[in-house]
Amino acid sequence: MSAVAKQAPLAARFEGVEVTGFALSARRSALERLRAMGLPGRRDEYWRWTDPAVLNAENPNEAKAFEAEDEVPLFDAVERLRVVFVDGVFDAAASDDLALEGIEIARLAEAPDLSWASGLYGTLEAAGQSPVARPFAALNTALARDGVLIRVTGRPSKPVNLIYIHKSEASDPILHHCIRLEPGAEMTLLENGPGGARFNTVLEVDVTAGARFHHIRTQGRDHERRAITHIFARIGAEALFKSFTLTVNGVLTRNECVLDIVGDDAVAHVAGAALGDGATGPFHHDDTVFVTHAAERGESRQVFKKVLKHGAVGVFQGKILVKPGAQKTDGYQISQSLLLDDDSQFLAKPELEIYADDVQCSHGSTTGAIDETALFYLRSRGVPLDAAQGLLVLSFLADAIAEIEDTGLQEEIVGRLEAWLGRHR
Amino acid sequence: MLEIKNLHVKLEEEDKVILKGVNLTVETGKVHAIMGPNGSGKSTLSYVLSGRDGYQVTAGSATLEGAELLEMEPEDRAAAGLFLAFQYPVEIPGVGNMTFLRTAVNAQRKARGQEELSAGEFLKVVREKAKTLKIDADMLKRPVNVGFSGGEKKRNEILQMAMLEPKMCILDETDSGLDVDAMRLVADGVNALRDPGRSFLVITHYQRLLDHIKPDVVHIMADGRIIQTGGPELALEVEKNGYADILKAHGVTEAV
Repeated sequence: MSAVAKQAPLAARFEGVEVTGFALSARRSALERLRAMGLPGRRDEYWRWTDPAVLNAENPNEAKAFEAEDEVPLFDAVERLRVVFVDGVFDAAASDDLALEGIEIARLAEAPDLSWASGLYGTLEAAGQSPVARPFAALNTALARDGVLIRVTGRPSKPVNLIYIHKSEASDPILHHCIRLEPGAEMTLLENGPGGARFNTVLEVDVTAGARFHHIRTQGRDHERRAITHIFARIGAEALFKSFTLTVNGVLTRNECVLDIVGDDAVAHVAGAALGDGATGPFHHDDTVFVTHAAERGESRQVFKKVLKHGAVGVFQGKILVKPGAQKTDGYQISQSLLLDDDSQFLAKPELEIYADDVQCSHGSTTGAIDETALFYLRSRGVPLDAAQGLLVLSFLADAIAEIEDTGLQEEIVGRLEAWLGRHR
Repeated sequence: MLEIKNLHVKLEEEDKVILKGVNLTVETGKVHAIMGPNGSGKSTLSYVLSGRDGYQVTAGSATLEGAELLEMEPEDRAAAGLFLAFQYPVEIPGVGNMTFLRTAVNAQRKARGQEELSAGEFLKVVREKAKTLKIDADMLKRPVNVGFSGGEKKRNEILQMAMLEPKMCILDETDSGLDVDAMRLVADGVNALRDPGRSFLVITHYQRLLDHIKPDVVHIMADGRIIQTGGPELALEVEKNGYADILKAHGVTEAV
């Protein structure tokens, strides 16, 4: 596909668009990047399995706002600092006091004068555009209206919870968050709640030397959602990055994760568990991951599990790139799907590209059905068929959930899974 | 308790007949043993009784306290009081042994119209029963059978049996893969569950398990049928002379 053809709809859409707000120069160059790369089409190799049309469209498809009785909010039992966005706009009244020892939280829309943040905004996103273009991330950087800027200097006593509320049926929020963890700092970021009819988020995380970042995100209470999310992280020496996403429901979700290991002895794990039931509406879930090892003795793990039924579609595109000199790299990637019927589909493209000679990298991808022997074993103990299937689904997802270090947060996620399984028998 | 009449079973997906008219009655409170050479249909009998897929019953019946077993789902058979201790207990990664046990116990209680046990009540009972089987807290927390030794897996089966308190217990080669000490531990667990209201069907190749779990009746199975029934002395005879003489006397050519 020619660049001209891709540019055509874009030119019309962004004709005369003037960027405003925080980090103006970063926004301008993002818009330039976007104009140069164009929005993706179905014929783009990177979008072969996920149709970007609804993400490209000028206006979002309307999505019914989430009804509270559908599901109780997650993380209610967790002591946390809540930062609430309603249709993509920060809601101070609904949020907690943003002051917390060891952490500084500012609001993007207030365009604070923070040099660390204006230096980070759009930087990791720009770096993540090569070798594969990620136009929706550039669009986000150019046009994001709100988000948080978080600088972590110590070890705050509780997680920060970004909570998204979807009120307007045509809401189209674009949120951009920047987080910098200073050397040795540690934080846990939680994200949950229905974001909007169409939801575009970018999270840029700079994990400097010896810092530790934990991220637990859930997507699911907005059944008609179309979402495109990006995480761009730079992981320094002896630093740790761990991200887990649970996705249930949603018409279309594409979660891209771009991790750059730039310091020696760093650890980067990204995991996802997705459950889709096409009986309650279309479900298309895409995990696209790119991990680059540019330093020695780095450890990376990608663990992605999908449970699909009634025509649900799961996509996984995962790559490990080991650059010259990134010796003793330990890269691991697994993507697995459990198909609960014959109608569902799992498409996977695992890739390794290695330019160092002393590394250990492995990848695997499987598609399977419920283990009949295990199912019989459970039923022979009196566990009814649907509950037995539920236990085996949890068993299948266990490796991904185990990537969450905090057992209390693990239990929250398992509780959410059990509730979903209870409703989708 | 258990009454099997003229049971004929073939594999669902191929024309292979495995059980060719099994007749067996296990009285309440009794321990019956089934011995027989490899391929005689012993394990198939246990699977068919507990409801595993892949088999087709072509004739006959099996009832538990008068209720027709063969038409029930596996979980309903369990709720009716049937338990099968597996020859190869299944590993279920990611599901804690305790979660599994509690789910099973409460599912059965629910099916029987009893109130579910609270977490506290359950914990108390399971700890007590685990202790007598020398199952430690760590084994209860670990995922079901994952990383368990052969002996631990079999003890875990007996723990499940103790927790579920079935009326009719089938032990499918519970002695396989066990050393003498482990076998004694398992046998002690089984003996502790012997009760005037509970029956056992012990399937084994060897007489040695029957030294520890003393049967009231011993059956010899070959070529898909029970060919001889006797007292405990029958097991001793097999131990001494092998199956050849018995098979020959009943006109059965050596099983595969």
